[in-house]
Amino acid sequence: MSQKIHIRTASASSRVRPLATTEKSYKIFTPGEVVIKEANTNFVRGHGTYEENGDLKASVAGVKEQVNKLISVRPLKSRYNGQVGEVLVGRISEVQQKRWKVDTNSRLDSVLMLSSVNLPGGELRRRSVEDQHMMRQYLQEGDLISAEVQSIFSDGSLSLHTRSLRYGKLGQGLLIKVFPSLVKKSKIHFHNLPFGVSLILGNNGYIWISPPTDNTDDNVGGFVQNLEEVISKDIREAMGRVRNCILALAENKMMLFDTSIVFAYEESLKYSVAELLLPEAMVDVALLTQHRLSMLDDYEFE
Amino acid sequence: MSRKKELLSRVGLRLDGRRADELRRIRCKLGVFTQPDGSAYIEQGLTKVLAAVYGPHQVRSKQKAQHDTCIINTQFSMAVFSTNERKKRPRGDRKSTELSMHLQQALLAVIKTELYPWSQIDVYVEVLHGDGGIYPACVNAATLAIIDAGIPIKEYVCACTASLGNNDIPMLDVSHQEEVIGGPTLTVAALPMSGKIVLMEMSQRFHLDHLPKVLDKALEGCKDIKAILDEAVKNHVREMGSSTGWANTTS
Repeated sequence: MSQKIHIRTASASSRVRPLATTEKSYKIFTPGEVVIKEANTNFVRGHGTYEENGDLKASVAGVKEQVNKLISVRPLKSRYNGQVGEVLVGRISEVQQKRWKVDTNSRLDSVLMLSSVNLPGGELRRRSVEDQHMMRQYLQEGDLISAEVQSIFSDGSLSLHTRSLRYGKLGQGLLIKVFPSLVKKSKIHFHNLPFGVSLILGNNGYIWISPPTDNTDDNVGGFVQNLEEVISKDIREAMGRVRNCILALAENKMMLFDTSIVFAYEESLKYSVAELLLPEAMVDVALLTQHRLSMLDDYEFE
Repeated sequence: MSRKKELLSRVGLRLDGRRADELRRIRCKLGVFTQPDGSAYIEQGLTKVLAAVYGPHQVRSKQKAQHDTCIINTQFSMAVFSTNERKKRPRGDRKSTELSMHLQQALLAVIKTELYPWSQIDVYVEVLHGDGGIYPACVNAATLAIIDAGIPIKEYVCACTASLGNNDIPMLDVSHQEEVIGGPTLTVAALPMSGKIVLMEMSQRFHLDHLPKVLDKALEGCKDIKAILDEAVKNHVREMGSSTGWANTTS
């Protein structure tokens, strides 16, 4: 068996330019730059800005956003800033009394209270001391969960809840980490893609790819983890392909949402799953995806 | 004894052909890695530095956590192949520890730490090729990486070296060759927009009368570097924004 060997020159990596999708241009502010001169009482200082000598200055690199009097500068990339109601994928980092600490790529670990999970045996069950002792049996360090942001504490850390059958412990699948800013916010973050893969696009940049889930509501509490089930090779291959497609899109700084991922999957079919990891293939897939997305946009505007 | 080699020729050119007030070529790139929150690469002449920033994230050790600020953890390391003589170990020696601390001081002066209580920011810099002006290159790379990570800072912090050629003329951005030949090296880390100096270090003594002009030259260098970095940041943000379609911007 001869194996295909790929050779790339060092200069090839610099030939690839980021893909520009829009002609729109904004004024870009960089740290220390004056956003508004002599901003006295007419403006309210928002995120990414600070006041010095009466001027409102930017503290991050990004574009200005104004809501009435509130002026803020939003960086294009940062740690995850949670908002109530967003869907997250996280990893349990610590088990404490009455709560779990969850790593969610935000600046402080998030908290999942024992009182904000659905324990097996009905929603209205009283939580006893035994439950506190049993916590590690439900979720232990290293377990992955999907959850929703319930509230934000005063220090900025997030309080999560899994009080829905959609949320809970994640079983077999793949986790990808991308920059949170690349995940497009939408109403639906749980997707069953047409080629037999289900996907959770966490707002925090953690993306979970798993075999198709049947939407039967008989799983209780979301603490069951079926590791015995054998996933067929086709599905595993599709999952691997989705992973590589998402990486290709993320590498080229393209927004991740169901349509872009489906398009990327379809465009990637001419490559084998392993070939998709080559930079050329990644750029090619991203370009074709972007082309299709832009055609979709044009169509919508007509 | 042979005569000490002159740093400036009669026509005012230096050993590498620059004039006294010229910087070496700066090339930089932001967002070179996907794993850290922010990363940058900078070349100043032949000095090449990579920087990676992680955070702000939860403090790993409970004792160190501060309720009102975030702690900044810096690690300076030099690749073993970065200098003429192969180094024994990349970090942990006295020089590396000292440079880590100096880097931390420079960053503490600009990062708005009060915004991130109980948190920690890790800054890792790695020198791939050392050719004079290692500390300035590290500061500049770290600044870019922090901006890439979206961490709020008051303004750019830039660093530059300056020296005194022929006992009279201030020279900007000293290369390794010039460092070795001699001449005092003044390293300055400054906030170029407000003109504040956050760190100043001298390798040798020279007469106090010369200090103001050498310092002015170094500050001028910091301003020039800031302009170059600013340009690079703006280009990077523009490229990032146009490829994501400015999806996160509402206005």
